[in-house]
Amino acid sequence: MAVKTIAGVQVNVSDDGYLEDMDQWNEDIAKEIASGLGIELTDEHFKVLNYLREKTKEGASLSIRSVGKSGIVDVKGLYKLFPKGPLKFSSKIAGIPKPTSCI
Amino acid sequence: MKKLLILGAGTAGTMMLNKLYNELEREEWEITIVDQFKTHYYQPGFLFIPFGIYSKQDVIKPKYDFFPPGANVIFSPIDKIVGEENKVYLEGGKVLNYDFLIIATGTQTRPGETEGLKDKLWYKDIFDFYTVEGAMALHQRFKDFEGGDLVMCIPEVPYKCPVAPLEFVFLADAYFTGKGIRDKVNIKFVTLMSGVFTKPVATKVLGGIMEEKNIEVISDFYLSHIDNENKKIFSYDEREVSFDILTIVPVNMGSEMVARSGMGDDMNFVKTDKYTLQSEQFENIFVIGDAANFPTSKAGSVAHFAGEILFENILSAMEGRPLQAKFDGHANCYIETGFGKGALIDFNYDTEPLPGTFPLPGIGPFGLLKNTKMNHYGKVMFRWIYWHILLKGKELPIEADMSMAGKKRV
Ligand SMILES: Cc1cc2nc3c(=O)[nH]c(=O)nc-3n(C[C@H](O)[C@H](O)[C@H](O)COP(=O)(O)OP(=O)(O)OC[C@H]3O[C@@H](n4cnc5c(N)ncnc54)[C@H](O)[C@@H]3O)c2cc1C
Repeated sequence: MAVKTIAGVQVNVSDDGYLEDMDQWNEDIAKEIASGLGIELTDEHFKVLNYLREKTKEGASLSIRSVGKSGIVDVKGLYKLFPKGPLKFSSKIAGIPKPTSCI
Repeated sequence: MKKLLILGAGTAGTMMLNKLYNELEREEWEITIVDQFKTHYYQPGFLFIPFGIYSKQDVIKPKYDFFPPGANVIFSPIDKIVGEENKVYLEGGKVLNYDFLIIATGTQTRPGETEGLKDKLWYKDIFDFYTVEGAMALHQRFKDFEGGDLVMCIPEVPYKCPVAPLEFVFLADAYFTGKGIRDKVNIKFVTLMSGVFTKPVATKVLGGIMEEKNIEVISDFYLSHIDNENKKIFSYDEREVSFDILTIVPVNMGSEMVARSGMGDDMNFVKTDKYTLQSEQFENIFVIGDAANFPTSKAGSVAHFAGEILFENILSAMEGRPLQAKFDGHANCYIETGFGKGALIDFNYDTEPLPGTFPLPGIGPFGLLKNTKMNHYGKVMFRWIYWHILLKGKELPIEADMSMAGKKRV
């Protein structure tokens, strides 16, 4: 665990750069993490980010399939918004823990 | 009489029936088990059918052979559980009451979840080996296969026996080498994961075996659809892989019964406390085996280890005592690597598979994350152990909790 300054705020992040405490998140932090991944956030992105945060608060485990069935965005759309890392990048930007595909 | 009801008579349900039947007072408890089918399948054996190592006869037995003589058995599809009323509805409307319930309905394949899977080429050039029908159809197809692209695809997690697709490509390598056409068969391993396994140390070792055997690994490939005309699979980020034979692990989901009961996550796996194995919603319902949503492998070995915990906890609950046994997610999987060798991994919720020896430190006889002949015998023995010890609910000389003894941190 390390402390990092993102968008002027000190936050705790994991070894691979995920926020440790989702309550330290704000939209500016999201924008800065996103630009580091080459993504410029739009309203469409924020709809997904907010959905991911809500679900995480409820304790749900997230998968690409479940987000694709959420009605917010389909799987193709999710790939368009977060190329190369539909769930990993979106989770990182949403300030939630790294998704575990558990096997 | 108090009533214990077990839903599902596969690996886990049958095992729990035998354990509890021997323990509970006959005058006090009536035990009933329900399943839709009369045949028990040794699912780990499906892997060997395409290569002609096992036949159908080697993997099926009547379920009745494994039930204790006095248990009530009902063969019927289960419609739903109404937890608030302690009732289970069977298809056709029959109602069963219970004081305690164990859910062991496993996971099933859902080829319909993938566009183009159950289409023109299904069981002609596209197969699964997660059902006996699929495995037998693939065996026929392999007989006259003269070469081309053989693709193994993992489209979704979780799925049962996470190492089975790895074993499949290793065995295919050996099989086509034996037929003298290995140089004409391109074996490709396509997975939505970032490597061949989820945990780093095992991924490195198993990835190394892939390279040694000249099997191409295509990772981060999230399957969108299958083009039957042009024999290609496509990912959502618009990459494509062509195939002559496609073998796939169809999307795995829990029983629809779980969804109808309002007890599942979005893949119909029952929401379960990963330590106590109790349902998150109802105190008198416990869950075991592939049906549960806890974050460890869906495997028979896991059901076996979890069984010891469930046994203790359900007895505590029946006597109104606190649940003290805690499941650590222990999994232990033999991995066939072909040519009479095998590897072995042993892990739990917190500790990834590590190298070393098992079960005795420094001695073995099995080598963890090593490719040895002895590990292959472990897998061969597993079928005997499965029919004679595991299903009967007898003890194995391995602790339910994972042990660090003999393991090396790397
Ligand atoms: C190809 C393959 C290879 C494998 N290799 C290994 C291995 O090497 N080692 C290992 O440990 N594990 C292995 N496994 C996994 C292992 O077989 C499973 O994890 C194990 O069988 C799970 O047991 P279970 O009781 O939870 O589910 P199952 O044994 O699948 O039983 C579920 C039962 O519930 C019944 N059921 C479900 N829904 C309903 C309903 N609505 N109404 C009535 N009945 C219902 C089903 O008919 C079934 O009998 C392998 C699996 C496969 C497919």
